[in-house]
Amino acid sequence: MLPSQLTAESFSAYPPQARQLAISHLDRLQRLPLAFLPLLLRELIACDYKFPLERRDLDRQLKYLASLSPAQFQLSLEAFSKLSLNADLEKTDWLNNPAIFTEQLTAHLWTTHQIDAFRAAAILYVDQATAAFPDDPPATHRLGIAVIGQGVKSTDYRLFRKLRAQGTYFTGVKAERGAALLLDAVAKRAAQHPEPYSHWYIDGGGGPQIAGVSCVSYAALSPARAALQARMQKTYEASVFDPEAFRTMLAQTKPAEIGLDAGTDAALNRYQLSVLTEGSGTQVFSTTFVQWAVREALRRAQPLTLLARFAPRQREQQMNELLVETTRKPDLDPQGSLVDADMGAYYHWLNQQRLPGATEARFFAWFEDHSEAVAIGPGFEAGKTSAAPIPLPEIITRLS
Amino acid sequence: MRPANLTTASLRQVSDKAAAHAISQTRRNFLRLATGATAAASFFGPAALQALIAPRGQKAVVVTFGGGARDDETFMPDGQENIPRLLNELIPQATFFSQVVNKGILGHYVATASIVTGAYETFNNFAAVSPNNPTVFEYYRKDQKRPATDSWVVAPSNGFARIGESGHAAYGPGLGAGVILPKRLLSAALTSRSDGARYQHLLRDNYETPLHAPTLTGHQIEINQMAEVLKLSVDDFASHARSLASPDEMSVYIAKHLMKQFAPSLLWITLHDIDIAHSGTFSLYLDGIKRSDRLCAELWQTIQKEPEYANKTTMFILPDFGRDSDIDSGGNGFQHHRTGDAMSRTTWMMALGPNVRQNVVVPRSIESIDLVPTLGALLGFNPRFSPGKPIPEVAA
Repeated sequence: MLPSQLTAESFSAYPPQARQLAISHLDRLQRLPLAFLPLLLRELIACDYKFPLERRDLDRQLKYLASLSPAQFQLSLEAFSKLSLNADLEKTDWLNNPAIFTEQLTAHLWTTHQIDAFRAAAILYVDQATAAFPDDPPATHRLGIAVIGQGVKSTDYRLFRKLRAQGTYFTGVKAERGAALLLDAVAKRAAQHPEPYSHWYIDGGGGPQIAGVSCVSYAALSPARAALQARMQKTYEASVFDPEAFRTMLAQTKPAEIGLDAGTDAALNRYQLSVLTEGSGTQVFSTTFVQWAVREALRRAQPLTLLARFAPRQREQQMNELLVETTRKPDLDPQGSLVDADMGAYYHWLNQQRLPGATEARFFAWFEDHSEAVAIGPGFEAGKTSAAPIPLPEIITRLS
Repeated sequence: MRPANLTTASLRQVSDKAAAHAISQTRRNFLRLATGATAAASFFGPAALQALIAPRGQKAVVVTFGGGARDDETFMPDGQENIPRLLNELIPQATFFSQVVNKGILGHYVATASIVTGAYETFNNFAAVSPNNPTVFEYYRKDQKRPATDSWVVAPSNGFARIGESGHAAYGPGLGAGVILPKRLLSAALTSRSDGARYQHLLRDNYETPLHAPTLTGHQIEINQMAEVLKLSVDDFASHARSLASPDEMSVYIAKHLMKQFAPSLLWITLHDIDIAHSGTFSLYLDGIKRSDRLCAELWQTIQKEPEYANKTTMFILPDFGRDSDIDSGGNGFQHHRTGDAMSRTTWMMALGPNVRQNVVVPRSIESIDLVPTLGALLGFNPRFSPGKPIPEVAA
């Protein structure tokens, strides 16, 4: 099937909002090149479960495409049109399974040495769409918080090595009840700016629920992970293991199949499903889970506040052992987890800085239950080290 | 490997060529500071190149990292603590190529196969297939009329079972290298033992996809041949394996056995521990780099000590490719190599040996497929189907 053959009926299997959106832009969709359209459909088909700002991003793309004259339209997508695809890709059910098409397209682009051309085309397209319809500034400055090193008494690892140059490195933080104070700060911001999905708390262990905050924890997802691990194990033990079939299985996993259909927050359920099925290692390592969950929350929901608290992950083992982690008490690796989390905190800051309002954004990373921390943003001198005693509430006030 | 996410708003706009050059410059500048290495241009003129034509009786050992390590964790200031042996022991003795570009598919089996053939292979990275182009082993054995025992591959995962021999009509069956998959051997050895759980850390197969164990096909040696071929009993092998920390240590252990037993003229070892990075655990990735650093130094020491190798062996060390940069929002930093950006395509290579200049940095761009023609010049074979070019700083 080719894009020009699309009709309104083509979208009958789409969820209601996605179907309506697709039909209302049908004339444009029909004219998009096959190397591009399924990537857009991959976003569109999930629009019933998107976070508000994520939905706005999709709308911006559609608005941008609709705003182009025929000549501009052709020019804007010319690089995608020039990519050479094969008949197998055309036969793929890219309409209803755009994620699988994307996997196959990726393999094809690599095999045919077109991945660089695709990458350049994607960068150009995103830049043009963003320039045409720029982001609004956030309602208030963003605040990212990373709490690392839970359970570690001491370390020789030079913490915050990548973050220190960006802000002030404190070595005298007085942080009694530190985690609770930071959670309170998140709750306060959530009360002040109560937009949905604007405030997040992601925990690598278990964590409390906070009103007005999207709370995600590795421990709370234990039943879902166990269900997913069982599916992974089953695929793994097949007589002939097929990695592509394995990825397809993960991509097609539905929330109900791993118990993620409870409650009323379908968007959060879908988000958690995607973290577990699209992230490599998120199913078995809590540090990877937090790192990927933070990245995806920032990319998709663009929150004003995000507190990430890392917890010790299980030690490296054979995959078979890792996959049954939920049925036994895992052996933990706090020191290795601290190093993981130190890098995870850096990625947290990097991904926050990719969002609108970067110059006003604040970031705080703290070695849990220790006096070491780094604070970044207006009011915190870059590259400075401060050994002076400072109460954590004072830093929180300056961050808020 | 997946396309950049189209909803991402800020993708860096830097040309790949400029970025690759910058990466190379960083390595070059660092090495000058750290080791006093000299730019090759000051050494190499046409006359100098003449002197590098290798004598006969040469041997070559190639070590590739299946799972590249980034500069951030190696040659940049924060990474130097991870590679003390490379920096302090090997680089002062090496010619270091600071800009090695891989223009092919960034999957470990297909990329390693491309280095082995000197041509960019395009098969499915996860398929159990032979390379399409003749391998270095076939070129060498056919042109030099060498026996099967003179070229070997020690490979990390089952997916590499067919890397020793191509499907090329002019070469192929009977001309390739012996392939040893240590994990495969250990797994077979454990079927008769009750304490298999003690060895699980050595049996992880592949990190590129969460669970990957392709159907095993190829001409790798099996457990029942081990005692005969390697003169290593199953019990001794299993007992020794128990003391090893990782699959790469097991690979090097087997490689040393091969060197003692057959002294092959062409030995290819692929290390793979670093690729644990795909699991997203930064600390385990660093552990893999540190282990590779140590194992490379141990191999070089072994080469110096073994009479069959000392003073006539050129050793090449190179990652098959890099990993994504932190800055490119289309990737995920150290974890993957999905973007095909300059950081993931640009890596390095070092060459050590009796006819190789020491403590020299070559900043010009070469390709990873240039290695096979270089080996051809060293070992005396014609890699007639490789589009790569001999690297004059190592072999003319």
